[in-house]
Amino acid sequence: MTPTLFGRIQTRLFMVFTFGLVWSIVILPVLPRPAGASLGDVAGDVLTALVGVALLGVIWELVYHGFQQIRWEKDWPSLFGLLTGINEGLLLFVVLDMPLSTFLVHFTTTWIVIWLALHGPMRVLFLRWRFRGGRLV
Amino acid sequence: MSDTDTDAGLSGAPGDLTQELIDTATWTDQQITAAGIPMVDVPIVSVGGGLGSLALVDYLRIAGVPVQDIAVLTPNKRPSETYEFLANNSQIPRHERLRSDSGSVMDNIWGFPSYALREAWNEKGLKNKIFPVWQVTTEPILAEYYTPKSGQVYESVDRETARIGWTQMLRPGQVRMVRRRAGGGFLTILTPPPGSTQTRRVAYRSRFVHLSLGYPGVRFLDDLRSYRERSGDHRRVVNSYEPHPHVYEELARRPCTVVVRGSGIVASRVLQRLLDDNDAGRTQTTVVHLFRNYVNGPQGESITFRRPGTGGFAYQAFNYPKAAWGGQFRNQLLELNGDARSDFIDTTGGTNTAPRKDWRVQLERAGSIGTYQQRVGQVSSVEPTEDGFRVRTEVQDKTGASFSVDADFIIDATGLEASIRSNRVLADLVDVSGAQTNPKGRLETLPTFEVVGTRSEPGRLYASGSSTLGSTYAPVDSFLGLQYSAQQIAFDLGAMGAVPKLGPLRSAKEWFRWMQNRPPS
Ligand SMILES: Cc1cc2nc3c(=O)[nH]c(=O)nc-3n(C[C@H](O)[C@H](O)[C@H](O)COP(=O)(O)OP(=O)(O)OC[C@H]3O[C@@H](n4cnc5c(N)ncnc54)[C@H](O)[C@@H]3O)c2cc1C
Repeated sequence: MTPTLFGRIQTRLFMVFTFGLVWSIVILPVLPRPAGASLGDVAGDVLTALVGVALLGVIWELVYHGFQQIRWEKDWPSLFGLLTGINEGLLLFVVLDMPLSTFLVHFTTTWIVIWLALHGPMRVLFLRWRFRGGRLV
Repeated sequence: MSDTDTDAGLSGAPGDLTQELIDTATWTDQQITAAGIPMVDVPIVSVGGGLGSLALVDYLRIAGVPVQDIAVLTPNKRPSETYEFLANNSQIPRHERLRSDSGSVMDNIWGFPSYALREAWNEKGLKNKIFPVWQVTTEPILAEYYTPKSGQVYESVDRETARIGWTQMLRPGQVRMVRRRAGGGFLTILTPPPGSTQTRRVAYRSRFVHLSLGYPGVRFLDDLRSYRERSGDHRRVVNSYEPHPHVYEELARRPCTVVVRGSGIVASRVLQRLLDDNDAGRTQTTVVHLFRNYVNGPQGESITFRRPGTGGFAYQAFNYPKAAWGGQFRNQLLELNGDARSDFIDTTGGTNTAPRKDWRVQLERAGSIGTYQQRVGQVSSVEPTEDGFRVRTEVQDKTGASFSVDADFIIDATGLEASIRSNRVLADLVDVSGAQTNPKGRLETLPTFEVVGTRSEPGRLYASGSSTLGSTYAPVDSFLGLQYSAQQIAFDLGAMGAVPKLGPLRSAKEWFRWMQNRPPS
């Protein structure tokens, strides 16, 4: 998938609240929990993180789109999709008030799940998605 | 690829075209019956039977269209036949890698699993399994783009054609013309192989017609065409897309000089073949590479719109930038019209080759020992040498100075014939049926790939492949482009209710069937 700006934003929001959400629920019980924290506390943190990835993500996508403009191919290699997890993760951690271990496990695995889903399941479910720069509607 | 079929009937054979039919733009069923031509009813006809036909038929079969609702009119048995012929000639044997990427998967409408994943799956040994995955994950930043071996494409296409019942949809023969039918839809005239049917022609009466006819033939540079016509020498001056093994055989017998014309991907292939033979000690060839336009730096003024280039070649991984298939360039082109559209296609496409390190290294090495030489200029004449054994190319450079190159062979690696006038079906469509042409002189198509000017309610006529270049999509002549066209056509048909829609659930279900190699449900 070679994203357009609009496609990026749509895909981002969709991925976070579908694949990202489902994965978060699956992994929730086994996430590292600080002493004294309840499952509900962690669930709250995880949800905040997801919303954070979505909202900050919209701003990140603007930056990425700008960077994409100096590439002749106007593409976004898979590797970038993986590596941008680092800058996004760092910023998100700074912004959020979340135990490091919980954040690290949740964020990293969710990022990878979404990245993998972009390379297979999304193509299978939405045939036009890869030809429309990531737009779903 | 040539159509040897004689013109208007009057052959005396039963069931042939009549002068009346040829002169009438819109046919009635009675006219066909009166001419004694049998009529076959089928809702969807795809003419060509190449990769473009496969792309559409695959899509429709997966959407749920049964085999009896589709007829593929073609002289070929396998969809990759013509492609394989051209690829072999242009020095891409089965073990060589193609140009397109891992996700341009000709036998799978989803692009998943990609060629790279499948190669990893099938290869033996950990290293061979990991490498394609590493390459496709890190391309084009840490590794070059992964591209599949042509053999993998042919084998997987054969598997898919068997799965979707391709042979059941085949109607062998050459199509002579497609005309509008009074009352709607189209009549497609097929000339089956002699002796296979009772009549000379068979008419296919359908609501929808799809044309994907590929290239009508090879095209020579003007000076080379003129040399071939004047001298009758088709041995020393060859086109890279036609069979030319005699050149390589002769080179193995004695040291020769070969002139290569062109600087696109096929020129790169030919250079590789020539220099590989030298490197392996099979030949002692001197290659003179003649450029008309020498690219010696990035093309384009703006930092956001500049293509890399150096050493004579314009470089990009694929024939268009990636974003032309489904990114922002696709959107941009949809907004353009006329010459602006044509210019945009030229700027993003045009002559270019893939930035492959092994090619660059090979050229540099051969350049340093003089077996590969670059010359730049405008060819003023091509004549036989005095002794008649070689061909002399006279060239004028930018300063007006001229030089000449005597060579044993000249390989024209510049192109295939793409003019739609050279294909009689398309020429007839334009001349008689009102098909519009675009700024590149090819068929003007809507974003749905319907050919503008041919509507025959409730029927529609679509085209894909090289005959539509210059309309709203640039990479029409590529695996992924053919699949894109197929998708647009299938959605257009779906929107009319003519074929089932392919929504997420069915798509997923069909994907699982594909994985199990079970026929579409
Ligand atoms: C050497 C070469 C290498 C390429 N490499 C790549 C690559 O790496 N990646 C990529 O994505 N694309 C590549 N392409 C581009 C593209 O994918 C192919 O050109 C593809 O085969 C186009 O499909 P098509 O259906 O338009 O034409 P074809 O596959 O050529 O099929 C058209 C068929 O129509 C038939 N036909 C013509 N007229 C009639 C008629 N009147 N009646 C019945 N049948 C008729 C012909 O016999 C032919 O078999 C390459 C092209 C060439 C030539």
